[in-house]
Amino acid sequence: MASITATDTVAAADALHVESPARRAWRRLRRRKGAMVGLTIIVVFIVLALLAPWITPHDPLKQSWSLVRKAPSAIHWFGTDEVGRDLFSRVIYGARASLSAGTISVGIALCIGVPLGIIAGYIGGWVDALISRITDAMLATPFLILAIALAAFLGPSLGNAMIAIGITATPIFIRLTRGQVMTVKVEDYIEAARAVGNPKWRIALFHILPNILPPLLVQATLALATAIIAEAALSFLGLGQQPPAPSWGSMLNSAQRFLTNAPWLAIWPGVAIFLAVLSFNLLGDGLRDALDPKER
Amino acid sequence: MSVANDTTTPLLRVEGLTKHFVARRSLLGQPTATVKAVDGVSFDLRAGETLALVGESGCGKSTVGRLVLRLIEPTEGAVYFEGRDIFGDNEAEVRARRRNAQLIFQDPYASLNPRMTVGQILEEPLALHRVVPPGRRKERVGALLATVGLDPAHARRYPHEFSGGQRQRIGIARALAVEPKLIICDEPVSALDVSIRAQVLNLLRDLQRRLGLSYIFISHDLAVVKHIADRIAVMYLGRIVETADADALFTAPRHPYTRALLSAIPVPSPGAHRERQILQGDVPSPIAPPPGCHLHTRCPHVIDRCRRDRPDLVRDPTGHATACHRWQELPDAGQLVPREAVTGQTLEKLQAAFVTAAD
Repeated sequence: MASITATDTVAAADALHVESPARRAWRRLRRRKGAMVGLTIIVVFIVLALLAPWITPHDPLKQSWSLVRKAPSAIHWFGTDEVGRDLFSRVIYGARASLSAGTISVGIALCIGVPLGIIAGYIGGWVDALISRITDAMLATPFLILAIALAAFLGPSLGNAMIAIGITATPIFIRLTRGQVMTVKVEDYIEAARAVGNPKWRIALFHILPNILPPLLVQATLALATAIIAEAALSFLGLGQQPPAPSWGSMLNSAQRFLTNAPWLAIWPGVAIFLAVLSFNLLGDGLRDALDPKER
Repeated sequence: MSVANDTTTPLLRVEGLTKHFVARRSLLGQPTATVKAVDGVSFDLRAGETLALVGESGCGKSTVGRLVLRLIEPTEGAVYFEGRDIFGDNEAEVRARRRNAQLIFQDPYASLNPRMTVGQILEEPLALHRVVPPGRRKERVGALLATVGLDPAHARRYPHEFSGGQRQRIGIARALAVEPKLIICDEPVSALDVSIRAQVLNLLRDLQRRLGLSYIFISHDLAVVKHIADRIAVMYLGRIVETADADALFTAPRHPYTRALLSAIPVPSPGAHRERQILQGDVPSPIAPPPGCHLHTRCPHVIDRCRRDRPDLVRDPTGHATACHRWQELPDAGQLVPREAVTGQTLEKLQAAFVTAAD
């Protein structure tokens, strides 16, 4: 009996080894509760944002002087804001602006920061010195000030706000990537990759990048949260989402004047930001573990 | 090396190889101190032969290995592979020529990419050098794993799922994938358990016989080298101080440094009497090596000339070469190493037990 079980276990283990790396990562991700909760919330948010015109009970832009700052009720589930617009509809529409502001600006930061960081860390020399000094200069400027300056320079719109936030978040990725590359590139397996005849770009792409991915993934989820909040700040200053179109950040900012007598104005967009940021962080942690071959 | 063989082109000829690393720089980036890691090293290696480079850590033996593969650039000197100067190649040629010579690393835990499966690790060199058509790569990976004594089904696993000895076998399989003529083994067994060492050494010797490989075997351990090397070159502070056929070096070591290394080999018979030659002091700093003979600060036979003149590596008709002013005057080496074997009966029994257990 014992021997049969042992053989079965071996057979099962062999069967598991036949799967592709992507399937393997997915199987491991599914076992992580936190990551799955995060993924579910993100998917729900994305579906809501995409289907917003069909599922919102009210027009998110329609004002009504008879409905100013009404508490949540059966008709207006989340209540209404200071000009009588339905908060539930605005939170759902706001997901479009906030989620895309977060993902697109982090996408921009990754697309610029990671290649530059790899170049600086792998090539070194004066190239590294140049990239690193520019990075230092950008990091010396406070995040929001730089984002505001860039957004003002580019002109007020949600798209420009995303670009501004993306560029502002880039130096952190350059710095992080460069540091990781410098620790990985002296490993024996990188020398081994050179010894079997890999060209430089292949070493960077197939040998260094997969090994520096986990900290980048975690940093990206953290940056997503920062980006959503930065978009809120820019919207507040009139440099992000243009009124009357909603974003969670701009809703939160306009709600602060009514915190004591109409707290629901701040609570719903705040909860939305909280859930989105938490979900991205949970998913990021889960992905990092699922992609690590050493994890079971 | 006999005179007759000098007329044929050796597989590898190393001439006056020198590598200086910058140790300190001034504020403006000018080098103010250099480490002469390799200082005028020359040797030949014939096809199918094993040359061992032996010396203490920091003597430059690994640097020689990296230079021969052109993983680092030399300060001076030339390396001819099958008569062609490898330092004349451009980058693409260097990559193409990586097919000729491969490297096995000391640390089997650091030398395999943890994010690649064993199959991916072994397929990469096959693809880079188009060793076999794409459709037959999987099959070749299986064959390579079988060659080094692993299960072909292991290709789907990751390196961390293997033991140190198994990982070293994977490293050997990776080196074999491109069908090289020369493999540089950089301390391939010093990170392994003693029980595994013999297995890996036997595998290397087997592969050499079957595939006609040449090895440069880098080691700090003469006892290990004795079992695999045809010729031995002893290095001290970046220079070769003695080269000879393995047997000649063990039976009649000439250089005081070689003698000291040999007398440091532990012998598994506590009662055995033998002469010990223990060098005083530490290895001098390679940034400021002593003038003349590098060993003169530690050598028991030192004379004034040793402090002044650098001794040349002088080759006698048997091919035994020594870089010492006084080697002819030195007393007979005597019983530095017991003649019969470094291993004892008990040790062999112990090793045999491990080999059987592993099967």
